Amino acid sequence: MSAVATIEKPVRHAGLLGRALSFRRAQLGLATVVAIAAIAMLGPLVAPHSATSFVGAPYGDPTARALFGTDGLGRDVFSRFLWGGRSILAMSLAATVVGLAAGIAVGLTAAYVRGWADEVLMRLMDVALAFPQIVLVLLLVATLGPQPWLIVLTVGLGHAPRVARVTRAVALEVVERDFIKSAKALGEPAWRILGAEVLPNISSPLLVEFGLRLTYSIGAIAAIGFIGFGVQPPAADWGLMINENRIGLSIQPWSVLLPVLAIGLLTVGMNLFTDGIARASIGIDRGAAQ
Amino acid sequence: MTSATVQVAGLRVGLAGSALDIVDGIGFEIAAGEVAGLVGESGSGKTTVGLALLGHCRNGAAITAGVVLIDGINVLHATAPELQALRGPAVAYVPQDPGTALNPALRVGEQIAEMLLVHVPRLDARERAARLAELLQEVRLPAGDATLRRYPHQFSGGQQQRIALAMAFACRPRLIVLDEPTTGLDVTTQAHILDTVRSLCALHGSAALYVSHDLAVVAGLADRVMVMYSGRIIEAGSSAQVFGAPGHPYTQHLLRAVPDPAGHRGVSGIPGHAPSPSSRPDGCAFAPRCDRASDICRRTVPPATMRAAGHRVHCWHADVTETLAIPAVLRGGFTARPALLAVQGLDASYGPAKVLHGIDLVIQQGECLALLGESGSGKTTLARCIAGLHPGHSAPVRLHGQSLPCSVRDRKQAARQAIQYVFQNPYASLNPRRTIGEIVARPLQVFFRLSANEAARKVGAALERVALSTAMARRYPDQLSGGERQRVAVARALAAEPELLVCDEITSALDVSVQAAIMELLVGLRQSMGLSMLFVTHNLSLVRGVADRVAVMNAGRIVELGPTAEVFDAPRADYTRELLANTPGFRSVPLTLDAAV
Repeated sequence: MSAVATIEKPVRHAGLLGRALSFRRAQLGLATVVAIAAIAMLGPLVAPHSATSFVGAPYGDPTARALFGTDGLGRDVFSRFLWGGRSILAMSLAATVVGLAAGIAVGLTAAYVRGWADEVLMRLMDVALAFPQIVLVLLLVATLGPQPWLIVLTVGLGHAPRVARVTRAVALEVVERDFIKSAKALGEPAWRILGAEVLPNISSPLLVEFGLRLTYSIGAIAAIGFIGFGVQPPAADWGLMINENRIGLSIQPWSVLLPVLAIGLLTVGMNLFTDGIARASIGIDRGAAQ
Repeated sequence: MTSATVQVAGLRVGLAGSALDIVDGIGFEIAAGEVAGLVGESGSGKTTVGLALLGHCRNGAAITAGVVLIDGINVLHATAPELQALRGPAVAYVPQDPGTALNPALRVGEQIAEMLLVHVPRLDARERAARLAELLQEVRLPAGDATLRRYPHQFSGGQQQRIALAMAFACRPRLIVLDEPTTGLDVTTQAHILDTVRSLCALHGSAALYVSHDLAVVAGLADRVMVMYSGRIIEAGSSAQVFGAPGHPYTQHLLRAVPDPAGHRGVSGIPGHAPSPSSRPDGCAFAPRCDRASDICRRTVPPATMRAAGHRVHCWHADVTETLAIPAVLRGGFTARPALLAVQGLDASYGPAKVLHGIDLVIQQGECLALLGESGSGKTTLARCIAGLHPGHSAPVRLHGQSLPCSVRDRKQAARQAIQYVFQNPYASLNPRRTIGEIVARPLQVFFRLSANEAARKVGAALERVALSTAMARRYPDQLSGGERQRVAVARALAAEPELLVCDEITSALDVSVQAAIMELLVGLRQSMGLSMLFVTHNLSLVRGVADRVAVMNAGRIVELGPTAEVFDAPRADYTRELLANTPGFRSVPLTLDAAV
């Protein structure tokens, strides 16, 4: 897009994705994310074997029956790879949604009410920030057992303080604008002012935050799987696969390499796409602020 | 004329990477000691021209053609180091907002001395100190180390602008470009700054280009005036020629839009708006808005026609001598009516600072009361107290004799509906993520419990009331011009069917022609709807045409309150007299428009 087009044509918010996708990196990122997500979602439908059936000797080399060989217990690496993405993707997504919802709620409230409530909320967030996320997860999972919902909740709430800080920072400027005063003068309730007037104006930075937190969620949940607190064997899970097969890495690398590649590409792809959105939204928010 | 200090010819500034011109072939000359005014509305390219004289253009723009000679040196051919040497001794710049132009971390003495250190290195410390003292005296700042050792934030806006002037005149430049240097200042301060500029130019024989949107200021200051429209100069001549016998229809329209402090005439706006660089018509850029436009206007750019010696008009119909009809003042006499809203002994503060002291004010039913004051006088705070947007004032606001709670949140629905507020800046008061239709529909939904569909149906009528087309409902605020946005804000307020409309400086962010159109609209609406209005403004001239009564505020107190004509013609408070004296008008110029009434 030329400089002229951005000056002459006002940019619609609906056009944010379109503008983001005008960046090469964003196209690449989105394509990667879609590809990995497709593998994770549709994989189980096309997997040649079940995730738990034994198809050959442990650490067997790739054959026609097992495309990427077999793992430490003689299960098909490719099938386990195709089965193992669903849980990590679904849990990451859920954790991110939980974290964003909680963080946005806290951040918006703090920015809108100001005063001592703002102080209390944000200092609480600071305290939460001081806890290493992974230690918190381990503590809770060790106490309450490796429940998927617990992992989602703790990883998600671990994001909340950071999201709250970002939300508060961008919302502070918006709540001072006159259209918010105008809504107050109409007697609109606070929830509507926050939801319908403030939130749409900070959606671009929050979209960026969503992408960023999603990559962190993927990393965290893969790490929890690796440590063994995530999805329990014999179910397939990318993080768990890395752990199970790392001993045989030198004999049959595919059983580790496939999940590592998938997680790596997913994270990088999501980051590239998010970066594109961030760049595109700079232009949009500048236009809106004028 | 080779005696001119500044000669500009064929100046063209384009958008980088496109064939669009922001400034489209401009030429003029300024003699030593002469002040030339460059007048235009926002987007006309006047600031771009001003910057081009310094060999500079903003990011994304490029000077594509032309010559700018200052004492025979072409600024546009200068290399970066040459430009650096030219800026200061040859050409200097005074920016619009001194608050952001001065370095907040440097003492003002160091900032002014910096100019001398770089450009006049032969001065030793004693001579520099002497020059600094001289400069302070010239710009009428208190002399002495105490002034030089202070930081910019320790000065008022007017004083900051004086410091910027001192910096600009430090090296005795041949040309000084002043870009709306008084826009953010109060009229009293403005009058003093203009006086200083005039005397400095005369004293040092500097040529000055005064860029401004304020015709009244230019009329009082400039020897010669150039009017810009859509990247071109459409009329140029002496102040008396351009303001006394305007030849171009745009100039005539523009003059009719300027409010008259004497109150002899009303204002009228110009329909439509100026074309953007990408949508300029082939012929005269003003043709689509011009009632004299003929075929040739739409096809070919008009050449210069000399109306008189030195009076150049770019119009195919420059020979038409009849001027436009003057709108009459649409204001009746003042009659006492029952009170709608009253405050008594109202105090209010911002944090620890008390900004309103014992305000007594009554707004009568159906009247327009103007609240007049300079910045910091507390007029906006008072308006916000009335609307319930400034919690923590001492005395209740009474509507029909009933006390209202301080905060709008605690007020009853009916009270919220009765008082509607229109904000100063239409760029901030409309949610950029909502369509115009959604924005205007909201009060209908809140106050009349209409469903979204019912409200949407009524939006069209609400928009038509403020002379906007129904199709506008689907657009977003950033697709509208400033004037259109303010109309939307008015439509939103009127949709609530209020008894009192509080207008807080609603035209101060707008161009003069747009301001005039909004004023016309308000005057019309008030008559047809029987609205009461609290019209908050710093613009004294504007008040005359709309208000029944005026309350003059100073330092948080109402210093004078009375019928408009009485306050203007026989002011009792010293402060009002001072305001009236400092308001620029066309007094010095024989304005035919005035005579026609």
